[in-house]
Formats: sequence, C-alpha cells, structure tokens
Amino acid sequence: MLLIRCPYCEEERPELEFRNGGQAHIARSTDIVQESAEAFERFFFIRDNPKGVIFERWRHIHGCGRFFNAVRDTITDKFHHTYKAGEPQPDLNELIAANEDRRMDEGRGDMPADQGPGSWANVPPDQINVAEPAADASKGDA
Amino acid sequence: MAETATAQRRTSLETRGFDAKGASLTLAPSSFRVSLRAPEASISVLEEALGLSLPRLPKTSSEEGTRAALWLGPDEWLVIDTETDPLTASRGVEALHSAVDISHRNVGIVASGAYAAEAVNGGCPQDLSPEAFPVGACSRTVLGKIEIVLWKKAENSFHIECWRSFSPYAFAFLTASARDAAA
Ligand SMILES: [Zn+2]
Repeated sequence: MLLIRCPYCEEERPELEFRNGGQAHIARSTDIVQESAEAFERFFFIRDNPKGVIFERWRHIHGCGRFFNAVRDTITDKFHHTYKAGEPQPDLNELIAANEDRRMDEGRGDMPADQGPGSWANVPPDQINVAEPAADASKGDA
Repeated sequence: MAETATAQRRTSLETRGFDAKGASLTLAPSSFRVSLRAPEASISVLEEALGLSLPRLPKTSSEEGTRAALWLGPDEWLVIDTETDPLTASRGVEALHSAVDISHRNVGIVASGAYAAEAVNGGCPQDLSPEAFPVGACSRTVLGKIEIVLWKKAENSFHIECWRSFSPYAFAFLTASARDAAA
C-alpha cells in the first residue's frame, strides 16, 4: 500500500485515508465578473495531464480532514513531497537537488541516481514522451 | 389524565459480545461525546472550562478523571466523558468555538486481549505497533469500508468509535477479524 506523508499529521499514513483533490495552485480570479469567457474556461475546465511530475491537492479525509498539496509522479505514483495548503509551490529543481542530497547523506551515493521519471519507470527518458503516439493498429477491428 | 409515554434509549449493539482467547469485543459504556472545534486563541479558556488539556500534537490524547480529549485535526477534538456532559462545562465559554453534542451519533466498541491490535489491523491499515501507536495514541482512520476513531486506551486495549448506523458492520467485521487473530 502507498504511504502518503500528511504535513498536518506529520507522518506517513496509508493511502486509504486520503482522497485526491485535483490539480493544485489554481487561483480563482479576484474579479471573476470581469474575466473573459476564455480565461474562465481555462480556470474552470482546463487541467494539466502530464506524464510525469504533477502538483496536486490531496485531502486527509479519513484522518485530520485537511487539504494539502503534493508533488507526485503520475508514472510511478511516487510522492516526492507534500506540504501544507497555502505554502508556496516548491521549485522542482530544488526538490530534486534536495532528494539527491538526502540520498548522499543516507550513504547511498554508490547507487545510481534517479534520472527522472524515465528511470523510475525503467524506460529511458527520451522514450517516455513521444511527439507522435504510434497508431493503434487494432483500433476499430473488433 | 393521560399517561405520559417514555421512550427508552437502546444502543444498537446491546446484546453483542465476542470472547476468544487473546481477543475479545465488548460494547463501550454509554458516554457523552462532543465534537469540539476551536482556534488556537480559544484553547486555554476551553481547557480551563473542561478541566483537561486539549492535546496539540497529532495522534495524541489527554485524560482527566472520566473525561478524555482526542486530537482529530489541527483544530478539532473528540471529547468523551462517561459520567458528566462536557457541554455543561463549555456552555459558558464565550471564546470562539464550536461544540456539538454527538453522544448518540457514535457507538464505542472495545477490543482487548493480546491480539487486539491484530483484530483491529484486520481492517485498519495503520501501523499499530507499540512504537508507532503507543498507549494514549488516537486517530481518525478507516476500518474496512467505514471511518472510525481509534484510541489505544491501554496496552492490548483499543477503543473504536464508529457511527451508530455502521456499528453492526463494525462489530461483525471485528468479530470475524478477532476470531482469525485469536486462532
Ligand atoms: Zn492528516
């Protein structure tokens, strides 16, 4: 079972206690009446769907009940970082550097470093994101 | 003159019980329960009124006589008292807070015995080892398909709070789990 660290409970807890709350850091306009239909559509409907690292809201619904933010990899489900709601969006490169420092501190310097999502999924990074997905030959056959 | 009818309150698990070597289940005594929410600034006044400290650390509880306060969230506590109504004590507090009587919303089940933790773990994914969940620890969590509040009252004794309508499920689940754990 996946363990997720709740920044309010200050420990890792089983995933069954949590619920996903969609993409994080989407600010509602302070003057929504003046917003164009296009801008409102972007705010209301359009979400990232990356293959890789995503910033998400999560809720510890069967625990302390709090919403918080998490940095998760959509390929491996690995949670890189969780932080309290309202805290600034962390810099991805700094996070990766901090994880690398921790890896060295824990004496795992002789083990291969994470090369990003590619290595976690055992697929070379340059093969993960393809501009033109291969056509599905079987489509429509059934 | 017409006779006044008196309704009698019955618990949902009155006749239930389970006893096996190493893991037994009983109904917790009926209690007063209050769902308490309060900001940092109101805590000390409420502590004075209630006569016990409100824990600030996650997963901790405090006890004073028959009254206990369980930390559920950064501004949320479950206050349980087997004798007197905590609302009587907090009613006069003017500091901002919310105290709601939920005495009859919940049913308490006590799982005890050497395999009590295993019985609870049959449906609760939390780490219940003594290091991670020491005596006095409490947490809102899940048991099978329902939400519970779990409170370790003593070595080998867990208090499980669930919603009343879920209590037959909780009891049946724990019975099956306790039977397996004690086997
Ligand atoms: Zn939490």
